Amino acid sequence: MCLAVPGKVLEATDIGVNRIAKVQFGGITRTVYLDLLPEAGVGDYVLVHVGFAISKIDEVEAQRTYALLEELGNVLEDETGPPESGA
Amino acid sequence: MKYIDEYRDAGLAKAIARAIRARATEPWVLMEICGGQTHAIMRYGLDELLPPEIELVHGPGCPVCVAPLEIIDKALEIAARPEVIFVSYGDMLRVPGSHTDLFRLKAAGGDVRIAYSPMDAVKLARRNPSRKVVFFAIGFETTAPANAMALWQAKLEGLGNFSMLAAHVLVPPAMRAILGSPDCRVQGLIAPGHVCAVMGWREYEDLAREFRLPVVVGGFEPIDLLEAIQMLVVQLEEGRAEVENQYVRSVTREGNQAAQRIMERVFEVTDRKWRGIGAIPASGFRIRAELADFDADRIFGTEGITAEEPKECISALVLQGLKKPADCAAFGGRCTPAFPLGAPMVSSEGVCAAYYAYRRRAPGGAA
Repeated sequence: MCLAVPGKVLEATDIGVNRIAKVQFGGITRTVYLDLLPEAGVGDYVLVHVGFAISKIDEVEAQRTYALLEELGNVLEDETGPPESGA
Repeated sequence: MKYIDEYRDAGLAKAIARAIRARATEPWVLMEICGGQTHAIMRYGLDELLPPEIELVHGPGCPVCVAPLEIIDKALEIAARPEVIFVSYGDMLRVPGSHTDLFRLKAAGGDVRIAYSPMDAVKLARRNPSRKVVFFAIGFETTAPANAMALWQAKLEGLGNFSMLAAHVLVPPAMRAILGSPDCRVQGLIAPGHVCAVMGWREYEDLAREFRLPVVVGGFEPIDLLEAIQMLVVQLEEGRAEVENQYVRSVTREGNQAAQRIMERVFEVTDRKWRGIGAIPASGFRIRAELADFDADRIFGTEGITAEEPKECISALVLQGLKKPADCAAFGGRCTPAFPLGAPMVSSEGVCAAYYAYRRRAPGGAA
């Protein structure tokens, strides 16, 4: 129920009182309300839940964390040898 | 898809699992709160990847599962009225009420419709001015802002035929009830990433202090969950009890303030009954009195409906992390997703449904 899917904002337009975006999820594009995240703009990645963007994904943080994790994986492999089967 | 595929890397998952194994010197019991996280743990077999020292117990974070019987009975009462179009998230349709469920009511001719977004219900109200459109608004803090926005939109448009049956629940009061129970074995918490995307994590700092236990805000992909578990194990091994954020790409300490503002404008905090746990003070949202014209519970006079939970279902203990689904005599026999006795077997995120789908039929994961 609390699942939210990351997607890329392709367009953002004000329609009446709402701010509405086209957001791309893999090969699919859907209409998403930006009313809870008005600062989101074209090119941003956002987390979408029940038709609303609820959070902007921080690309710099995402890359930094992932690089640290990959480094951890490499360090562990160096220290312990290749992963044991079935682990 | 970006921000999904890279967080499912099997080699990296195994590396983090090895790091956890290297760090854990004694048994630790950790709880993930959110049903989406439970589902990911079962789907990717993360529990089986972890060393035997680490036990995961599953929290009450499935709003469908914790919706009390009486709210289903209220929904059924309202949905049975001929003038009503009753709109719900799909998961709620099979949750058994005292006598029937919304799915059977629909099959018998009730106008029950499934929505992806609460704004779908607003559209229906706009297109059907002669009908009364009622949206079944369940969910945690992740979903409440979207539901609040739909009600506010209906108010702005003057849609007098739109109303909401609100059954929102809040995570921190439920966690306080579970952690305060004398039987509680939980030593570390994975806080729900998407709830925290909305609310931030300040409330969890109070929990960490009160119960002297570490909390890590975690994401939903396998790498996110394993990293959150690793961060908890490090804290436990070092004797720390702090709030840390694994899900930095999507969560800040303050959360989404626009979302918090619309929730405050539309809802107010109230006591709520949780299936399996009972009444918890200040653990939910109801529609503010000044928006009573949009409150289906008041409009249709269902406020007085109450119901007793069935005795055979042990969801009370499962939802508090005291029992696993496979401990239940009815699990997989008298209780299956097709014929559920309780809500945790209904919702795709329910812990019993997750154990059933991924064949964790017996303790230890044997099929």
